[in-house]
Amino acid sequence: MKRGLSTFNVVAVALGLAFLYLPITILMLYSFNASHLVTVWGGWSLQWYGELLHDQALLEAAWVSLRIGLISATAATILGTLGALALRNKRFRGRLLFSGMVYAPLVMPEVITGLSLLLLFVAVGIDRGFWTIALAHTTLTMCFVTVIVQSRLLTVDRSLEEAAVDLGCPPWKTLLTVTLPLIAPAIVAGWMLAFSLSLDDLVIASFTTGPGATTLPLRIYSEARLGVKPEINAICTIVVAVVALATVAASLAAKRTSLEDEHERDALAAQV
Amino acid sequence: MSDRSWTTRLLILAPYLWLVALFLVPFLIVFKISLSQTALAQPPYLPVFDVSAGLSGAVDFLGGLSADNYRLLGSDTIYIFSYLKSLQIAAVSTAIMLVIGYPVAYGMSRARRAWQPLLVMLIILPFWTSFLIRIYAWINILQRDGLLNQVLMALGIIDEPVAWLASDTAIYIGIVYSYLPFMVLPLYAALEKIDYTLLEAAADLGCPRWKSFWLVTFPLSFPGIAAGFLLCFIPIVGEFVAPDLLGGSETLMIGQTLWTEFFSNKDWPAASAIAVVLLTLLLAPILFYERLQQRALTENR
Repeated sequence: MKRGLSTFNVVAVALGLAFLYLPITILMLYSFNASHLVTVWGGWSLQWYGELLHDQALLEAAWVSLRIGLISATAATILGTLGALALRNKRFRGRLLFSGMVYAPLVMPEVITGLSLLLLFVAVGIDRGFWTIALAHTTLTMCFVTVIVQSRLLTVDRSLEEAAVDLGCPPWKTLLTVTLPLIAPAIVAGWMLAFSLSLDDLVIASFTTGPGATTLPLRIYSEARLGVKPEINAICTIVVAVVALATVAASLAAKRTSLEDEHERDALAAQV
Repeated sequence: MSDRSWTTRLLILAPYLWLVALFLVPFLIVFKISLSQTALAQPPYLPVFDVSAGLSGAVDFLGGLSADNYRLLGSDTIYIFSYLKSLQIAAVSTAIMLVIGYPVAYGMSRARRAWQPLLVMLIILPFWTSFLIRIYAWINILQRDGLLNQVLMALGIIDEPVAWLASDTAIYIGIVYSYLPFMVLPLYAALEKIDYTLLEAAADLGCPRWKSFWLVTFPLSFPGIAAGFLLCFIPIVGEFVAPDLLGGSETLMIGQTLWTEFFSNKDWPAASAIAVVLLTLLLAPILFYERLQQRALTENR
């Protein structure tokens, strides 16, 4: 049967993408609006970006979010990768519980996760603030990293590692020189997803925050409740642009590696 | 690699202990506090477990627990309506997403191979951009003098501006918009795996296209439908941001009710009881989702 797009398929995909992209595009467009009235177009202007630079509270919040994102994404990537390597082990005591704990946070409503983490922090008597948000984000995002890395690990040919071990390479060195380079694209993707999830989170941060730790989403949320403001359009545009550029760059990098894989596979296939 | 080496054990132990301490134990604490009473104290609930008091302290502690909060949830219709409304919104919006998402995923799976990674990226990209920002974008569009009303009035479809915000319609729009990628991606993954020689065989034997879709493609996409349904339904039941920013104030979704109990009423035990009941409601779908994930992983190999 012939592949390719029938009219129906083209229309379906185009409408789907338009629905996904139009609202964000409109938001970005209005961040360049010269008018004070958020709904009236008054020509192009960069004035709201200029005002951002003077909004000390917003800049402060962005800085807090950035630091929490970097710290929690890095911790989550290490823990999540270890988790994925652990799950490769087909049988160990408590594997079912472990994989259950990895998958549950992916769908768990955030209000439950947020509340339970807060009650934990209160029970053990940790002062709430910057570090409690970072701990909470690490917990949530490490599960996403595990899932991404785990699916990449499934494609890794175990005979490569076995060959290294047979030739006398110690397990830790096999891990560092054989396994990790093979799953590096997934680790990078996992880090980026963890970072953008942390940068995005409102609900869990609301529960686990304390005095002096206002993240960017907390700030945007308190402004958004009062209605639309052009400065908020501007900061949202910056966040979206940064995340989108990083995602595209990372997936292009990942694509290049997978293309190389494909070339090798094609070359192999040609020999057979 | 030898499975018995201490390095392997350490590898397993670090993420394992982390999740036990920060995911499993917190739920036990939530359960415990749901059996407590509110108090004007810090922390604002009683009884507090006092380890230094020893055995008599533990007895006092257990005697202080009660199921009052659960009785409250059962007796006040606000909570019951809240749960029902959440389940309804989750079910309806998931169904809408299935209807919108299926043709999109189908179209993607039939596109040229070379285009598919690009299309997948275009679907994933909005999912990486902030949930909050995507909901906020809709306030822009749906407000009284917003773009939607302007366009509809310019087209002559409506004469008066429609109050879109603070309504269930706005909640549905916001939720469908933000969760759609979670529906499309699993559907695409299932549709893309289908062996097209099956459809060729059906066509060769004279089966019309709509019939081969209904008898071959659709049944083979069931795993994708199930995964997309669960991936959307479960978190939407506890959704907070979309109903809070786009919805009205008459009936609240359960995530908002929990939020109000916690932040406005400072009633931590009641909020915990709401969370325990919500988790109980969602336990079956969550376990089903986990089994589905496990099966997908073993099939991929």
